[in-house]
Amino acid sequence: MFLDSKAPEGPLAEKWDQHKFSVKLVNPANKRKYDVIVVGTGLAGASAAASLAELGYNVHAFTYHDSPRRAHSIAAQGGINAAKNYQNDGDSVFRLFYDTIKGGDYRAREANVYRLAQVSVQIIDQCVAQGVPFAREYGGLLANRSFGGAQVSRTFYARGQTGQQLLLGAYSALSRQVAYGKVRLHTRSEMLDLVVADGKAAGIVTRNLLTGAIENHAAHAVVLATGGYGNVFYLSTNAKYCNVTAAWRAHKKGAYFANPCFTQIHPTCIPVSGDYQSKLTLMSESLRNDGRVWVPKTKELAERLRKGEIKVKDLKEDDRDYFLERKYPAFGNLVPRDVASRNAKQMCDEGRGVGSTGLAVYLDFADIIQRTGAEAVSQKYGNLFAMYEKITDENPYELPMRIYPAVHYTMGGLWVDYNLQTTIPGLYATGECNFSDHGANRLGASALMQGLADGYFVIPYTIGDYLARTAPKPVDTSHPAFAEADKAVQERTAKLLAIKGNRTPDQFHKALGHIMWEYCGMARTAEGLTHAKAEIQKLKREFWQDLKLAGANEEMNQALEKAGRVADFIELGELMVDDALDRNESCGGHFREEYQTPEGEALRDDENYAYVAAWEYMGDNQPERLNKEELQFENVKLTQRSYK
Amino acid sequence: MSLTGLFLCTFLVVHLVGNLQLFKHDGGAAFNTYSHFMGTNPIIRTIEWGLVLGFGFHIYEALLLTRRNQSARPQKYVVNHAEQNSQWTSRNMGILGSIILIFLIVHLYNFFWHARFGTLDPDINNNDDLYTLVVSSFKQWWYVLLYVAAQVSLGYHLWHGFGSGFQTLGLNHRKYTPLIKGIGYAFAVVVSAAFAAMPLYFYLFTNDKGELTSAVAPLVHSLTLALK
Amino acid sequence: MAGSNPNAKPMNLTLNVWRQANRNAQGKIVEYHVKDISPEMSFLEMLDVLNEDLLHKGDDPVAFDHDCREGICGSCDLFINGRSHGPEKGTTTCQLHMRKFSDGDTITIEPWRANSFPINKDLSVDRSAFDRIIQAGGYVSVNTGGAPDGNEIPIPKDIADRAFEAATCIGCGACVAACKNASAMLFVSAKVSQLALLPQGNVERKTRVENMVAQMDKEGFGACTNIGSCAAECPVGISLENIAILNREFLAAKATSNNLA
Repeated sequence: MFLDSKAPEGPLAEKWDQHKFSVKLVNPANKRKYDVIVVGTGLAGASAAASLAELGYNVHAFTYHDSPRRAHSIAAQGGINAAKNYQNDGDSVFRLFYDTIKGGDYRAREANVYRLAQVSVQIIDQCVAQGVPFAREYGGLLANRSFGGAQVSRTFYARGQTGQQLLLGAYSALSRQVAYGKVRLHTRSEMLDLVVADGKAAGIVTRNLLTGAIENHAAHAVVLATGGYGNVFYLSTNAKYCNVTAAWRAHKKGAYFANPCFTQIHPTCIPVSGDYQSKLTLMSESLRNDGRVWVPKTKELAERLRKGEIKVKDLKEDDRDYFLERKYPAFGNLVPRDVASRNAKQMCDEGRGVGSTGLAVYLDFADIIQRTGAEAVSQKYGNLFAMYEKITDENPYELPMRIYPAVHYTMGGLWVDYNLQTTIPGLYATGECNFSDHGANRLGASALMQGLADGYFVIPYTIGDYLARTAPKPVDTSHPAFAEADKAVQERTAKLLAIKGNRTPDQFHKALGHIMWEYCGMARTAEGLTHAKAEIQKLKREFWQDLKLAGANEEMNQALEKAGRVADFIELGELMVDDALDRNESCGGHFREEYQTPEGEALRDDENYAYVAAWEYMGDNQPERLNKEELQFENVKLTQRSYK
Repeated sequence: MSLTGLFLCTFLVVHLVGNLQLFKHDGGAAFNTYSHFMGTNPIIRTIEWGLVLGFGFHIYEALLLTRRNQSARPQKYVVNHAEQNSQWTSRNMGILGSIILIFLIVHLYNFFWHARFGTLDPDINNNDDLYTLVVSSFKQWWYVLLYVAAQVSLGYHLWHGFGSGFQTLGLNHRKYTPLIKGIGYAFAVVVSAAFAAMPLYFYLFTNDKGELTSAVAPLVHSLTLALK
Repeated sequence: MAGSNPNAKPMNLTLNVWRQANRNAQGKIVEYHVKDISPEMSFLEMLDVLNEDLLHKGDDPVAFDHDCREGICGSCDLFINGRSHGPEKGTTTCQLHMRKFSDGDTITIEPWRANSFPINKDLSVDRSAFDRIIQAGGYVSVNTGGAPDGNEIPIPKDIADRAFEAATCIGCGACVAACKNASAMLFVSAKVSQLALLPQGNVERKTRVENMVAQMDKEGFGACTNIGSCAAECPVGISLENIAILNREFLAAKATSNNLA
């Protein structure tokens, strides 16, 4: 099928303005006659729900949490980019656009990314007006920092808790609309299916997580803002509840899933300490500004270190390999996330990893401490050092930190057009849930920007275009499609509870995570991926034969919740492997070992793979069909990245 | 609670200063003059009603607060280590206040009632001789014990209450709050210690007439000199 | 596996866990034993081990709230050995590690207890009262779009920093749980202070504090008696100073607002 991005014609800088003018408007008197469902209350969901309610639509907001404020956007540390150029250092909308396209390794849609850069400036204004306490200079103006190797200072921040402050801002706007009665909040409600009636999104089916009640909700349009799927790897920096279920069920109802293999592995996370590990904690990327990454020079030294026969301090300068500085003299420790991650993995694969598991490299602050003193280092990184010590019980002022890459963000997601509409009319996807803006690799401080751009400034315009073409008649759940979806959900839940096997949802999840990390993680090969596909299919069969649960549906049953999510992760995992197999090139977060430069860098194939891979569900256990959206680059020149 | 509490603190100051007359070695003349003034001056008599209201509201509010706060947690914790996160006195203001209230009733009955409505013998200045009543009361061990216990309670009550009153009124500033707290702690210690010193003084160091016993007289005398 | 510290010895523990089937059911303490707990584990990972055990035996796992497991979402809410979030200062339950306990310890785990936080199941409580308090006024009434340039309102750095400190509240409810009176003053004061300190919050200053306090009272939380347990147990260090600011704002609003109710 031909995928129409619906990106407007005309010069890049005028596309969005022209589009805003050309979309249909809903008569102000009619807005209250439209119901919109927003699933998810993170940055993208809360901002969308609040903004749509302000316009006058009746919004139903759903979250599986007890409160909208718990969404995982809250954990974002670094900051939010905006092309304000407050620092007079040469930033501009075009530069932010250019950096984002290039950082994404030329696999994102130009028109979307430019719009993102344009509205980024409004986001900051909006958040300040809400009372978000951004960091300030002594003169009272907003402070910026440079982030993730960007050459301009365009990142706005609130200490190491920017995501929290932005989310609480969006949550406050949402709460205000709840008080006005324009948003109805459905907490502890998990979306388990999308209802498509007469080819259009008509509502959702949810499970009340306290009572188990399966409920149907109708609306004129549905917005999914349900985040990313990094937890397919079991261990990631995502929160425990983060899952793909809402997006996946929409996919099975006809929404294409784009670029699922594009996942971002973040290089600076606290390493795994044991099998019991339930999640990974990110240490801010800013640490690489001053920390030096190294491993022991030889396998033998590393082994003795791991066994505790020698101590870190016994290793002389000559015994240490500062591998990033050695391989990339120009960028050194500041190479992009994907490059830093892959190199750390390579060192550990060579047997030179540290820590008891051998799956870690050192991030050493001894130099900077010696140069500027512990006090200065504490000023800059005190809270991060304290967090590290709390988790590992090691003092990073005395011992080098141990870090290892971890899954952090998923660039892939539901395919959307310029209006953020999926391939199902009336179904929209915003934030990390869609695929649109980051290509094959996301830049630091851009996730918050995208979530809020979609919610505050894009969806309020584009959804109107759809609603204006829909009759303002009251909706209800009488269409047979509701009964059908409801029944399917009930049956699926009953089926999960009826298996009565021997393995828990967590065991299956860990097994899946192991396969994904091993074969579809930082480095992938056709051979490994083929093996993984078979493994996942086997795991899927075992899951439906050997799952163990307790209790019933009609109660709070966290294992049952988990089981449904794991089942969807398994199916997604297979699609990720398919996508990674299809993409015979290396780009951004997708590194196929067969496709690399002689220096070991990612080798893109722009001639054959400058497309978005949008997968179409064809039925249970059927291969999915690949649809391609060819990417046109009219405003940037495609180049090979080099950090030597 | 805060307004009435801080108002009652001012009363404590006045009451304490007046009662220090007890320590004057004049056979109670100054004390009786003071108590006569307090009992008859029309301004004082008017303020007295304010005091009654102050106590009344303080107690009334305390009862309301306690009831509300108890219903806010109907089911208690099986294990609770509040001592690890807060001061004992802050959590037990109700108990402390109740002890003080019991004391207050006894205290009022014994002194105030007699002074105002009873028939006390006149002293040399023809004032009611409250002093003699005070001295004789403080010669009873159980009475002294009640007094001292009540003053310890008062001290703890003030230890929390003084600073807490300012906090409730929102009178907080990074510069001044540490000072206010310090004053509160000092106030609690000094006021309660001074009040407690009175019964102890008469019980331990004086005879039935309030005169220093021969054993301690030289000691007290030299102490007084030294202080001068 | 012992993790980064090869000398860390696994522990055996006795857990006294509050079990309650649902909001209206009678609850009780049930004793469990967990074995081979690594000191490197987080407290919630230790509970994961218990729950996997229970599930394997066909028993109902213990329900508890958690999500980010990095101390910021505010989901986790356990009352451990008589303390909100356990014995370590400035730490959420998810960031509490088992190295703070010793082999052979008995650990009592209860849910937050307050009239306004009904128990959903076991250790999970309903904190929607907090949301309703925010809905009563914990916001600046600005619609999307039309905001002036972010730099048009200069804010002194120290004011911005203080507002930020108040704004870091994670809404976990440890303050209510620790307070003898089950008072929500620290939570409410954090939001009131943040917006009272910032110029953006000035327009709705009086109505905000009046409405939020009214909602807090309506929810059935206890009254503040300045005990200070809340701030002592707050995992993110929200200061008692905020409660004084709330009191000041409230008294000033009551004395001068045009709200006659």
